[in-house]
Amino acid sequence: MGNHSDGSPDTSGTVARAGQGEVDKFQDPGLPPHRLRLADTDPKAAKRAERQVAALFGISVVGTVVFIISYFAIDLGGDTSNATVRLQNTLLGLGTAFAMLGIGIGIVHWARALMPDHEVSELRHEIRTEEDRVAAMAIVDEIVEETGIKRRPLIRNTLLGAVALAPLPALAIFGDLGPRPDNALAHTMWAPEDGKLKRLSRDPDGTPIKASDVTIGSAFHVIPEGLNELEEGKLNEKAKAVVLLMRLDPASLNPSPGREDWAYNGIVAYSKICTHVGCPVALYEQQTHHLLCPCHQSTFDLTRECKVIFGPASRPLPQLPIAVDDEGYLVATSDFKEPVGPSYWERDMHERSNNNS
Amino acid sequence: MSAATTTAEPAFVAKTKGGQITNFVDERVGGSGILREFGRKVFPDHWSFMFGEVALYSFVILLMSGTFLTFFYDPSMAETHYTGSYIPLQNVEMSVAYSSSLNISFDIRGGLFMRQVHHWAALLFVASVAVHMLRVFFTGAFRKPREMNWVVGSTLLILAMAAGFTGYSLPDDLLSGNGLRIIDGVIKSIPVVGTFISFFLFGGEFPGTAVIGRLYVLHILLVPALILLMIVAHLFMVVVHKHTQYPGPGRNDGNVVGYPLGPVYAAKAGGFFFIVFGVIALIAGLFTINPIWNYGPYDPSPVSAGTQPDWYIGFVDGALRLMPGVIGDFHFEFVIFGFVLSLNVLLPALIPAGILFSVMFTYPWIEQWITKDKREHHVLDRPRNAPTRTAIGMAGFVWYCVMWAAAASDLIATHFHVSLNDVLYWLRALFFIGPIIAFIVTKRIALALQRKDREIALHGRETGRIVRLPHGEFIEVHAPVDEYKRYKLVGFESPEPLPAQPNENGVVDGSEKRRALLSKWFFEDRVAPATPSELEAAHGHHGDHEAIDSSADNKSISR
Repeated sequence: MGNHSDGSPDTSGTVARAGQGEVDKFQDPGLPPHRLRLADTDPKAAKRAERQVAALFGISVVGTVVFIISYFAIDLGGDTSNATVRLQNTLLGLGTAFAMLGIGIGIVHWARALMPDHEVSELRHEIRTEEDRVAAMAIVDEIVEETGIKRRPLIRNTLLGAVALAPLPALAIFGDLGPRPDNALAHTMWAPEDGKLKRLSRDPDGTPIKASDVTIGSAFHVIPEGLNELEEGKLNEKAKAVVLLMRLDPASLNPSPGREDWAYNGIVAYSKICTHVGCPVALYEQQTHHLLCPCHQSTFDLTRECKVIFGPASRPLPQLPIAVDDEGYLVATSDFKEPVGPSYWERDMHERSNNNS
Repeated sequence: MSAATTTAEPAFVAKTKGGQITNFVDERVGGSGILREFGRKVFPDHWSFMFGEVALYSFVILLMSGTFLTFFYDPSMAETHYTGSYIPLQNVEMSVAYSSSLNISFDIRGGLFMRQVHHWAALLFVASVAVHMLRVFFTGAFRKPREMNWVVGSTLLILAMAAGFTGYSLPDDLLSGNGLRIIDGVIKSIPVVGTFISFFLFGGEFPGTAVIGRLYVLHILLVPALILLMIVAHLFMVVVHKHTQYPGPGRNDGNVVGYPLGPVYAAKAGGFFFIVFGVIALIAGLFTINPIWNYGPYDPSPVSAGTQPDWYIGFVDGALRLMPGVIGDFHFEFVIFGFVLSLNVLLPALIPAGILFSVMFTYPWIEQWITKDKREHHVLDRPRNAPTRTAIGMAGFVWYCVMWAAAASDLIATHFHVSLNDVLYWLRALFFIGPIIAFIVTKRIALALQRKDREIALHGRETGRIVRLPHGEFIEVHAPVDEYKRYKLVGFESPEPLPAQPNENGVVDGSEKRRALLSKWFFEDRVAPATPSELEAAHGHHGDHEAIDSSADNKSISR
């Protein structure tokens, strides 16, 4: 199709040149002639449409009745399965749907088939006329003049100053929305209390875990001893203290200097709170020794001290140093050496102070 | 004179009782004037104008169903033991908020239905706002005088997302609790004040006992009030501007063509409310949404794989997933002067959304600056007739969709049995090249459609009839289009690039040079509308063209 524009201005014979559009342009032919509908010309069709609309309104009535019957006739009390709830929900939904769709489709059908469908043209008016603008300006000038704000800069400036400062109390009054963070995020419940080391116990029942229970390849979801007995702030403490416990072949662990005694017989404990944005890192891939966070797929390698090998996390999971007490139960020898969970502005400061104490 | 008016008999006495009441009100509020102004106001009609209506109506449904839910919901994070009729959670320790949400679902007749209506309507609300904005963008309806209404609409999109998010957390189930956990993690990554904001939002450490009550007040009071305010402003401006209309015969920037408000438009729009309500009720009756009883109460320890946020938060979650925390040995978390800067969280949480919303809010002015078009526009552009704008919009849309898809990276991997890591690598690549491909492809499609329009305007439409001429040549018969249809195909502007122009000092400054470059980029690929002389020429030549053009003898062939 030879003579079409290829879209570029230089090689096309069909591109408009400056000024050409003004003279050589199709004229607006105006509104197309109105076309009559069947219902406009055939009284039978109009009658049929009328009956259809009425039938749709009738369907709406049926829908309303269905709703009311299924609300009152279905008793939720007796049944302990949720089949009754589901049944009632479905019937209420269908009843409402028919009640509403009957009215809605009925009205729209009425409008489309029977009401006049002549398109009307209306002129647009200027949103702001020049006359209004001039009049409004004159009024504003007059008002400004009457306040005398231009002549009395002292009033103007003090008012501006007062108004600028007045919102400050409104900000200050929100100061008690929360406490100062201080170093709340730096510590967890794992810190030994009165010299007594905390036992690792099962989540959620809280029974302590014996080292001999942890076979190679197994994984435990762990909470600190005493968490379930907390009266207040249980979830707050749990949100920091949850730990994953796994046992690997000791040879596959490669502890860095200073961490040699953090594991016991191939058993290692790592914080379960992702260092990305804090989801629980709940998936343990037994064969590859990877931990995977189900929220954003950060992947940590257990054999390299939970180094990040994939995903959006940037820091390894903190390790909990563990040992075994006299009765063979696993205990944490200290709190985490660094704050757990997502990074925050003061985190590094907290880590340094944790290690110095 | 005042005495004369007070003693004068009222000029009009209504005959019926109803008429007298109407007259009583009318004399006191001036309803006749309002009706005279608006009763026959003309509204253009097009299916794509209904997305805004869907948004408005789903908001009304949200207000109604939400009010019902507040009668039974208790936003307390106090601990309780569940005693309702859902057996699997009997005696489980949970918050009062979660327990009351379960009661709404299982022990209050119609409660589950209202919850589902509310949730589905919320999803539809944000979706219809978004689709409405896409319609406005792609048709150029944001141009003068509607720039401010575009900004109000953009604000409404953000408010709609805020309403959705604050409501999503209220049941205090495991899923929404994990959502809050993620928000907390993102907030904590904000430099300097992040930890404080987190402690102020949660009233202390996460999760605390305050956040649900606070979100509740935001959700049922502050955010809906702002939405309502913005809707009023939005509709007020629609009335002031009068509605835009699609191009076509008889339509221009000086008029508005459509149906009068009463009766046709009011009937259609009013009826449409019931249709939207009916469809939402149907979905709510048949399809479960957010089965909170399956998730259990919030607990920081467990999480289920494959969890998804509501769709409108997905693009932020996806961006979080796309960002690598470590590349080789390079970590995106830095320690600067002893403070932590966690760019692996901060960048994806703020930058893509920031770019999307900044461009969205400012686009009317960006385009105006490039095109120097300060005229009022009431006739919409067909998307093909503004190829560069359409391409920009599609680039942004694809960018958004890549992030959105990334929020389901794990589900894509499990459903299609592909490697999770590969899915993410591909999406990371698409994050950068997807918008570029979308831009190029869209622009080419738009230009091709414009050429197709020229073709039809000049040579008529293809009839599919193949005719063999006496000398053996086969041709397809083209039927000419009538003048109304043709005007729809040719009645648009195709601006040319506007070269840099000197300012009042006679100097072409740097900003003007950049504008000229952008103007070239915007308009250099263009297809001009067909002109009468071209139509004339097309009628004139037959021989070298495979199409037979519209003229009397061709019509006789096609008959």
